[in-house]
Amino acid sequence: MSTVSNVAVKTARETVQLTAKRSKEQTPTALIFLGLLWFSLFFGVAVLVALIVDTAITGWPRFDMNLLTNYDSTLFPEKTGFRAGILGTAWLMVTTAVLAVPLGIGAAVYLEEYADRDRWYNRLIEVNLQNLAAVPSIVYGLLAVGVMAALGFERKGIVLGGAIALSLLILPVIIITTREAIRAVPEEIRSGSLALGATVWQTTWRQILPSAVPGIATGTILGLSRAIGEAAPLLMLGIPLAVRFDPTGIFSEMTALPMQIFFMTSQSQIEFQQAAAAAIIVLLVMVLALNGLAIYIRNKFQRSW
Amino acid sequence: MNNSTTATGPSSGAGPSAGSGTGPISLAAKSRPLEAVIKASLAIAAFTSVAITFGIIVALLEPVTHFFSQVPVGDFFATKGQYAVLPLVAGTLMTTVIALLVAVPLGLGAAMYLSEYASRRNRKLLKPILELLAGVPSVVYGFFALFFVTPTLLQDILNIEVGFTNALSAGVVLGIMIVPTVASLSEDAFTAVPQSLRQGSLAMGANRMQTTLRVVLPAALSGVAAAVVLGLSRAVGETMIVALAAGARKNLSLDPRDPMQTMTGFMAQTAQGENPVGSVDYNMLFAVGLLLFLITLVINIISIQLVRRFRQAY
Repeated sequence: MSTVSNVAVKTARETVQLTAKRSKEQTPTALIFLGLLWFSLFFGVAVLVALIVDTAITGWPRFDMNLLTNYDSTLFPEKTGFRAGILGTAWLMVTTAVLAVPLGIGAAVYLEEYADRDRWYNRLIEVNLQNLAAVPSIVYGLLAVGVMAALGFERKGIVLGGAIALSLLILPVIIITTREAIRAVPEEIRSGSLALGATVWQTTWRQILPSAVPGIATGTILGLSRAIGEAAPLLMLGIPLAVRFDPTGIFSEMTALPMQIFFMTSQSQIEFQQAAAAAIIVLLVMVLALNGLAIYIRNKFQRSW
Repeated sequence: MNNSTTATGPSSGAGPSAGSGTGPISLAAKSRPLEAVIKASLAIAAFTSVAITFGIIVALLEPVTHFFSQVPVGDFFATKGQYAVLPLVAGTLMTTVIALLVAVPLGLGAAMYLSEYASRRNRKLLKPILELLAGVPSVVYGFFALFFVTPTLLQDILNIEVGFTNALSAGVVLGIMIVPTVASLSEDAFTAVPQSLRQGSLAMGANRMQTTLRVVLPAALSGVAAAVVLGLSRAVGETMIVALAAGARKNLSLDPRDPMQTMTGFMAQTAQGENPVGSVDYNMLFAVGLLLFLITLVINIISIQLVRRFRQAY
């Protein structure tokens, strides 16, 4: 570990010495080029700031408790609220996690600890996973429609349907990040455990998985933070844009926060746009909190072997 | 040779397993039914991913066969008519091209800065901010396109005459959305270029700009191409931005200021309507979905091949 960083420091120092003669770096073209690079990096930051500030200003009149506690209302758009959407999103996230996390971890453990990489079917899974990670989310919505029909559900716009769509969507993310976490556990731990007579599963369960938990948690949270803002697959399932009751279980009809934002954004009254802007801030806070949690876990529990 | 008089290892009374009497002591011979069950269930979890792919194809093909029994193939791949898909493909192409015009220069610039210029500390600070941009939900970007980019940026600041919905604003915001994808994968490709190439270039008297553009960029080209292709695939499949900001009418036009419906925009609009299961419009949803899936599949396969190539280079 320390030798590696020594080498890195050394190469960095050598590079600095090689470029120490400033004149060559300060020709007009080189400076313009550097300026362009700065611009492209800070363009993204500027967009993020503009987005948050503009939305917050638009939504300012609606930062009140009605926003969180009221149901959607077409009669009084100035009092419309996102209660059903927020609760629906909470139900969706929990159900999605319950469906996707065990499946994702199981698949990752199989691929890392059991699979023989030379077999064609294991290579098929690898290629397939890379493909699935880039399938458009709207297609997962159509798949969920098919799955719900196969399961015999008449109404598809329920918590379970949305959770199936979202868990299919984030499964590749969870598998890929869990595999990385498992791969980061050094080989010596495996060899040591196996040499003491533990079976492959005992090694995995008692040594590998506990060491990989922070990585797995990070991947799961990042997957959920992607799922929380998705509206396209839910739209395909026919999840209603507005409901006026709380979801009561996984077979309950529901709506979700991004669906309500989409609905209100497409309305023409200014009050709905203000409500949408305020709800966007709520959604962004949720997403940022999840991302922040993931980064915190990654930094806090990261082990260097 | 090695006869069964030797002890058969620390087997805990489960009885001799088949074949242990003849060969040398087998360390793996002991059969553990629970281990096998666990392995099987883990394998099932892994094969679910393959089942998902087949599930997508099956779930799409069934309504699509109905659709083509109701509507002739020629009416689907046509430029005009109720069931024509080519105007939608053109709309997708237009927004995607605009998105790439925005995302490729910005993404590459950000990646070059992060990998070639930024200090280690700056990189640690700047990269998460860029990743946050990737975490913004697409419906939020749609709102941003509709209520900031179109009225404020395009109409007021740049003085372009555009309507409430237009392909330009949707494409620009789509581009902003895929900047992190392009930047992060290109940065990986740049970082994978060996330090010795840079040192060689600097030793020959090139400055950092020349080194970046003429040595590092060509060496990382296939990785950069993979990044661009993956960004392209995300732009093609993105729904909420184009559903909100690109327009809801089929329009075969070359003017980016016009409203244009894309494939995903059409799907979002149709799914909102009250189309009974089995109706022509409902089935067309799946036909467009299948076409979208096939297009992104081809793009992804190209991207995977490119990544493989740049991994083999060094």
